[in-house]
Amino acid sequence: MHQLAPLSDGADKFIATRAAYGKALLELGNQHQDVIVLDADLSGSTKTAVFRKAHPDRFFNCGVAESNMMGTAAGLACSGRTVFASSFAMFATGKAWEPIRQTICVPSMNVKICASHAGLTVGEDGKSHQMLEDITLMRVLPNMKVIVPADSVETAEAVRLAYETPGPVYVRLSRASTPVIFGDDYRLELGRGSLLREGSDVCIAACGVELAEALIAADILASRNIEARVVNLACIDPIDVDLIVDSAERCGAILTAEEHQIRGGFGDAVAQAVVRHHPVPMDLVGMDDSFGQSGPAPDLIRHYGLDGASLADRAENLIKRKKR
Amino acid sequence: MTLSREKATNIRKVAREVRLDVVRMVHAAACGHPGGPLGMADFMTTLFLEHLNLTAENRLADDRDRFVLGNGHTCAGYYALLAQKGLISKDALLTFRKMGSPLQGHPNRNLDLGIDFSTGSLGTGLSVAQGMALGARLNGWDSRVYCTSSDGESQEGQIWEAATSAAHWGLGNLTVMVDFNNIQIDGPMREVMNVRDLEAKYKAFGWHAVTVDGHDVVAVDQALCAAKEVAEQPSAIIAVTTIGKGVSYMEDTSAWHGCAPNDEQLAQALEELSAPVS
Repeated sequence: MHQLAPLSDGADKFIATRAAYGKALLELGNQHQDVIVLDADLSGSTKTAVFRKAHPDRFFNCGVAESNMMGTAAGLACSGRTVFASSFAMFATGKAWEPIRQTICVPSMNVKICASHAGLTVGEDGKSHQMLEDITLMRVLPNMKVIVPADSVETAEAVRLAYETPGPVYVRLSRASTPVIFGDDYRLELGRGSLLREGSDVCIAACGVELAEALIAADILASRNIEARVVNLACIDPIDVDLIVDSAERCGAILTAEEHQIRGGFGDAVAQAVVRHHPVPMDLVGMDDSFGQSGPAPDLIRHYGLDGASLADRAENLIKRKKR
Repeated sequence: MTLSREKATNIRKVAREVRLDVVRMVHAAACGHPGGPLGMADFMTTLFLEHLNLTAENRLADDRDRFVLGNGHTCAGYYALLAQKGLISKDALLTFRKMGSPLQGHPNRNLDLGIDFSTGSLGTGLSVAQGMALGARLNGWDSRVYCTSSDGESQEGQIWEAATSAAHWGLGNLTVMVDFNNIQIDGPMREVMNVRDLEAKYKAFGWHAVTVDGHDVVAVDQALCAAKEVAEQPSAIIAVTTIGKGVSYMEDTSAWHGCAPNDEQLAQALEELSAPVS
């Protein structure tokens, strides 16, 4: 039996997950002397500057050289340090993928890659900066854990969990301010998802900024007498197979939502669990083999069909495919 | 201080044993990279016997020296030297490149065997080595970090990212030894992609840099001693070598970068390498 996760009681509170990361990293650094932070000339944007100001002796700016930053992180980890390395998701995981594979994942070094400005919600910077492939690139790597927090509370938990989990961890963060969803007593566990809303007609599984859209979709569906279960799967690798199977059994259909390419991304991870353990009809919402463009984040989310209303329509269509 | 005659002779003798092991290992594996380690044997043996503070006893100690084989494909010689230092059994050397062996085709981090880091993808080693050097300094460890590289590897952009940061952070405890043999897989380095004057390049990046004859163990030893005296700059030793050194048919040709000798070729190599050392 899955319990509902504690939710925030303050309505209309918005905080970017990158801002929550900066705050959590500072607190982690205050508590643990082994924490070292690296950045690649974006510390103001990734919010590692908060740590830099408090602990300048444990912060190293690697300049605009992400591959070298990852190798440096691996080397520092050899001296017993827990290393957090940050940049924009595009450059941290895209440009530096091979050094991450060879020098962090192959020897399973204690490096936490916390990358901001992931996804469409980067907004006006456009397609060169809207990283839509990082979940794929990171979850495919052996030894790498992948966490995509949905709000500021879950981000703080992700930072704690990354620190407590030995070996490589990837944490995906966003630029845009997003609603605070969870209550302060929410706890994130490795390989465990959480239940935000109960329902048995369809399950919407989401991660990151799409969790808030999934909750909006569930409200819309409720007005159409459809009860949607909403599941948060921030931990994509390892993923909560039990919760996915339970959702497939209970709802008979699963819609996934991600601010990312659906090929190889979050929906694919859920689909693998469904196909292997309890096949039911599925649909995957996300970027379908296209890049983004410049624009305000909410407009982009709507344009590419990642908003709550679009999710509700896709869920309703999916229900029609359920076996009678 | 100049290396004593006895020590120099011993280094040459051990380097010859390393070369014998390299050809035996690559022959037993029926694949691998003999040319590089034969060329590097003299400067690598000088480093391992006279400078690298790594022993079977201190292999897990915090303040030991670290070693990263940036040009990881040359690991047959590295493994042979770890065997010389008692970290790997002599018998294990012939498991090189075989299923289940810790002596993988390219180094796999294994602190118990003295293998400080995984390498194989060119360009990554120097970044890790300077991260190790930074970590040692932060921890107050009196350890030095040695890394190898090569003229071919210097074509990788990440090498110059690492060269930039190592100098920026003033990592005097870092030394890179660059095997400069003018040979890479596809042919002469100067024809494939000329990296030009690496000593001048490292100096321009803010390093202490010298060029030595990589087969002159006295000169290599002096360069390694001098590097220890440079407190606030990383050091680069450009070691000019002949690929395949000691086996006539392997010398100065890209054909033996990544190719194993057959039985007949092995016999010839062993005979040539068994010549007395002066």
